[in-house]
Amino acid sequence: MTITRISGALRSPVTASVLAGLLVGALFLLGTGADPLTAYDAVLTGALGTDGIGATLTTGTSVLGMALALAVPLRAGLINLGGDGQLVLGGITAAATALYSPLPAPLTVVLALLAGMAAGAGYAVLAALCENRFGVPLLVSSLLLSYPAVSLASYLARYPLKEPGSSLPQTRAFPDGVALPAFGDSTVTVGLVLVVLAAAAYWFTDRWTAFGYEIRMTGLNSRFSVYAGVERAGLTLKLMSVSGALAGLVGAVGVLSFPYRFVDGSLTAPGYTWTGLTAALLAGAAPVGTLIASFFFAVLQVGGLAMERTTEVPRELTQVLQAIVIVFLAARLRFPRTLLKKKGAV
Amino acid sequence: MFLDSDLLMSALRALTPILLAALGGAICERAGVFNIGLEGMMLLGCFTAVATSWFTGSPWLGVLSAALAAAAYSLVLAVGAVTLKGDAVVLGIAMNLLAVGLTSFLLRTVFGVQGTFSDPALNGLPLIGGLSPLAYLSWVAVGVAALLLSRHVWGLRLRGVGESPDAAATLGVSPAKYQYGAVLSSGVLCGLAGAQLALGNVTLFTENMTAGRGWIAVVAVLLGRALPVGVLLAALLFGLAEAVGFRLQGVGLPQQATDAAPYVVTLGALFLSTARRRRRTPSSSGAVS
Repeated sequence: MTITRISGALRSPVTASVLAGLLVGALFLLGTGADPLTAYDAVLTGALGTDGIGATLTTGTSVLGMALALAVPLRAGLINLGGDGQLVLGGITAAATALYSPLPAPLTVVLALLAGMAAGAGYAVLAALCENRFGVPLLVSSLLLSYPAVSLASYLARYPLKEPGSSLPQTRAFPDGVALPAFGDSTVTVGLVLVVLAAAAYWFTDRWTAFGYEIRMTGLNSRFSVYAGVERAGLTLKLMSVSGALAGLVGAVGVLSFPYRFVDGSLTAPGYTWTGLTAALLAGAAPVGTLIASFFFAVLQVGGLAMERTTEVPRELTQVLQAIVIVFLAARLRFPRTLLKKKGAV
Repeated sequence: MFLDSDLLMSALRALTPILLAALGGAICERAGVFNIGLEGMMLLGCFTAVATSWFTGSPWLGVLSAALAAAAYSLVLAVGAVTLKGDAVVLGIAMNLLAVGLTSFLLRTVFGVQGTFSDPALNGLPLIGGLSPLAYLSWVAVGVAALLLSRHVWGLRLRGVGESPDAAATLGVSPAKYQYGAVLSSGVLCGLAGAQLALGNVTLFTENMTAGRGWIAVVAVLLGRALPVGVLLAALLFGLAEAVGFRLQGVGLPQQATDAAPYVVTLGALFLSTARRRRRTPSSSGAVS
């Protein structure tokens, strides 16, 4: 039983894609004159050693959060490309709440988290409405809506909420105590617990509830699910609101951790949305797989810096590696998406 | 005067890369391959154009190599989506990501810089009447694509392959051959779009310099209903939005508002066009046809 499962996992397209990605990465490393084994060793020790594990878990918090945000709709075959917009709106809303809330600090933190989630959810619902009401494919509407959201947040951080006297595009620092508690003196905050809880809730819903079954069924065969009575528009709306809320949560967690303010670009520049999407795609949006894939990509991202120090190979190589894994995987992947079939899109 | 010739020129400059990429997307769409990897192919074209122009001193070789490199890159989509029948949407997203990583990686290994590479010794394309030769080429390409698709037997077969691959195969037309051709032409056009962006509009390479233009091109394909002239009009709309936005910045509107303008305008146009189409076909029951 276990043996068949293990050999099945080894022969799965996911394993093959990861191995192929590592192999192509090794070729790149050889091309730049570095020793692939030294480089990969540096990635692992850099990300999982005592110096790096804190950074890996901090990065992992954001990557897992965004991966969940994109996995939830993906499970039903819907792709939310507006993660960046939902993320920064969550961040800037949480920041504004943290700055102006009259409540005591601990309540302000909770309020800021909820406000961030609400902002993300509201914006994602807008994209869902675009598809349901106006027939603009979700893929396109979510992505196009993302740009104005990023611009709006940038404007707010640079003008109305800007820290007076600072030359940096950032809001004022939050009042004392308005921050997520951290573990020891690390940068890992309670935010990690929150996204892991979200992952657990997703696992439970997916595995044990009728709603989770509806989602999976829609992802496997959306035509059949409509026959079986799944209401497509409503499902899109629900899944997108959860997706947006999770992205908003990541934004809120981001600003409520060091440096306790909204810094323009700091949420989008690391590319959590795309790394998260990659992780969700790699795992086929399955809950446990998404968790593992997110950790794998967080290790790559953080370990890339260590690799750069040891081998002088630019850390961007790890980004190349991530994408190559998905390219290999996508060639074997078939997602049913009735709304985006060729005649549907045009 | 607000609507003057300067505005028109800057709109024409802004629309060229979108138009070239969107034409490629439209040809793929007609052949039944949904190509959302335009952004990545374009970005790869930008880098190749700059690198080749810098090493050879010739912007023309830059344009040529950009077209070849993006075409070679587009083979990933052709093999993955046509031969292996993989998911074109996921593949396209992955190709966009790969291009961002790859060009940033190459920027650092080849030029040893991070962020932006610009050098006075880097040759850009000459301008004819204020526009790069690629701008004129893009208009010619619209005409050629329109004629081929509507009049020539190749275009008929391509459309046949896109609408009903099985029927086309029965008539002895190889769907794979036409789909490969369509994807490769989109690669060439995206490579030209990238060259225009990096050597025509400006003369430099910046990480992720396409900044969503490939996605706008995907939208232009939807908006123009994959017709060459429709795509031209959609790209013109975007070019005007960018030019007007840029102009409004001069009268004190914050840059963030004008940055967002093209996307908002595009989304608005998409609403209007789909809403109108829906009213005409009320029985479409939620499908976007």
